[in-house]
Amino acid sequence: MKILVCISHVPDTTSKINFSEDFTKFDTNGVQFVINPLDEFALTRAMWFKEKQGASVTVISAGLAVTEPTLRKALAIGADEAIRINVDPTDGYQVAIQLAEVVKNEAFDLILAGKESLDYNGGMVPGMMAEILGFNFVNACIGLEIDGNSCSVSREIDGGKEVLTCNLPLIIGGQKGLVEEKDLRIPNMRGIMMARSKPLKVMEPINFDATTATLTYEKPKAKGACKLIDSGNIDELIQLLHNEAKVI
Amino acid sequence: MSVLVFADNSEGKFKKTAYEIVSYGKHVAQQAGTSLVVLTINADDTSALADYGADKILKISDSRLVNFNARAYADCIQQAANEEVADIIIVDSTNRGLYVAPVLAVKLKAGYASNVVALPVSMNPFTVKRNAFSSKGFNFSEIKTQKKLLGLAKNSFGLKEQKVDSTIKDFTPDLSEADFKINSASIEQASGKVTIADADIVVSGGRGLKGPENWTMIEELADVLGAATACSKPVSDMGWRPHSEHVGQTGKPVSSNLYIAIGISGAIQHLAGVNSSKVKVVINNDAEAPFFKAADYGIVGDAFEVVPELIKKLKEFKSTL
Repeated sequence: MKILVCISHVPDTTSKINFSEDFTKFDTNGVQFVINPLDEFALTRAMWFKEKQGASVTVISAGLAVTEPTLRKALAIGADEAIRINVDPTDGYQVAIQLAEVVKNEAFDLILAGKESLDYNGGMVPGMMAEILGFNFVNACIGLEIDGNSCSVSREIDGGKEVLTCNLPLIIGGQKGLVEEKDLRIPNMRGIMMARSKPLKVMEPINFDATTATLTYEKPKAKGACKLIDSGNIDELIQLLHNEAKVI
Repeated sequence: MSVLVFADNSEGKFKKTAYEIVSYGKHVAQQAGTSLVVLTINADDTSALADYGADKILKISDSRLVNFNARAYADCIQQAANEEVADIIIVDSTNRGLYVAPVLAVKLKAGYASNVVALPVSMNPFTVKRNAFSSKGFNFSEIKTQKKLLGLAKNSFGLKEQKVDSTIKDFTPDLSEADFKINSASIEQASGKVTIADADIVVSGGRGLKGPENWTMIEELADVLGAATACSKPVSDMGWRPHSEHVGQTGKPVSSNLYIAIGISGAIQHLAGVNSSKVKVVINNDAEAPFFKAADYGIVGDAFEVVPELIKKLKEFKSTL
């Protein structure tokens, strides 16, 4: 089984989100970038298939050279090789086209990704790739078992879960449940050393015009101070929620 | 040109999300100077859609679509868009909406803007406001393609009544074998419980509650309010509550009208998942807990005293309504 894991290079959750150049650019100053946490669940599941079922694992990211440390981290966690498509990823459709092109040429049969990246929260790349390639697609995936060519895939639904069956090739948009938080791996020194000599291939993008463009950004309005209510005066809270906030 | 909305349903019945997206679609159609077409799949009764502005209702009735199937649903919406010459197509942000939309975008060759939180700010260039960075920022995106697909963020527009006379038409999509290559083997779904996705009010508990045995009062408070129950990440990691209740960045997003956090300190990862809730209340014995900075109303106090009192007072309050 040839697995491709799609990796997004996103700001760490604790990053302050600011915009520069008159609110036309995301300000990366002082921002720490990490593997998109939802992609990390996917990568960890891929490592399980590698160790138990002998799968090969390639990681891929569409991004400029700044994304390479994030790909190296994925290699240190245990992926065999990495591909970077040398493009500034501004549009989900454009990213999906670029990634799908690689899948076509290199015959991957399982593609794992997080259901969204925690920067723009677009939630579109896995589903778009699936439709471009004609592969089966399961979103909000919380469990995946593969036996030969047959897949048993769980997806989250409102108030429960649905188990689906299909064949490879398959693309999933994954989330927690695919593996648990405790299963995530921190790269060890040996992994980090080995990652340095693993192949990281840079590919140029194919021609495709972006379908969307960000024109400007805005920060949410500053929130007013929290109104504190005395714990002996619950009636006041109820009145505020009823009359002022109008939510009960 | 028309605007097409896909109004999804659950076992034939529309939920609030469907009326919200129809309300939104009607306003977009008016902005574009055209009419609104609403597509339904196996819905029992579509008459209420007229109250929110559905000028025309397309009804698909097909037993193969009783089980949700993203590719088949996307095919239905694409064919309806072609039939109605719709250039603006709008879907919701439920689990199903988020599953269908990217597949549909490729079928339509449409630029897709997800997490849209307001009416288009401009028709030319076509620009929409979107939630990004886990609600820590917004971006204004231009969609450059002729066909435009919008995913409306949940609870961002509200219900706006606008009664029209609807015409109703049956619509038969042309579906192929290729649409049904994924089969549903089983569905497990809690019945009779308010889900986090549907809830107007969410009551959430954290480590401050000390143990799973103390959730009785959380459930009772949720009952009184008709709310869903949720929890913080440590609580689901320790197995006190199921993972399906974990809200936060790697758990479920909450965009309810009211979010009540009890014994939750308010880690950034937690707040990232609840930022888009409209009103937040925090109950915590630590006045320094970061949640107080994010909340609208707060009580510094012992949850084991405050919550039972809140339940009692809410019952009294409800009986006076």
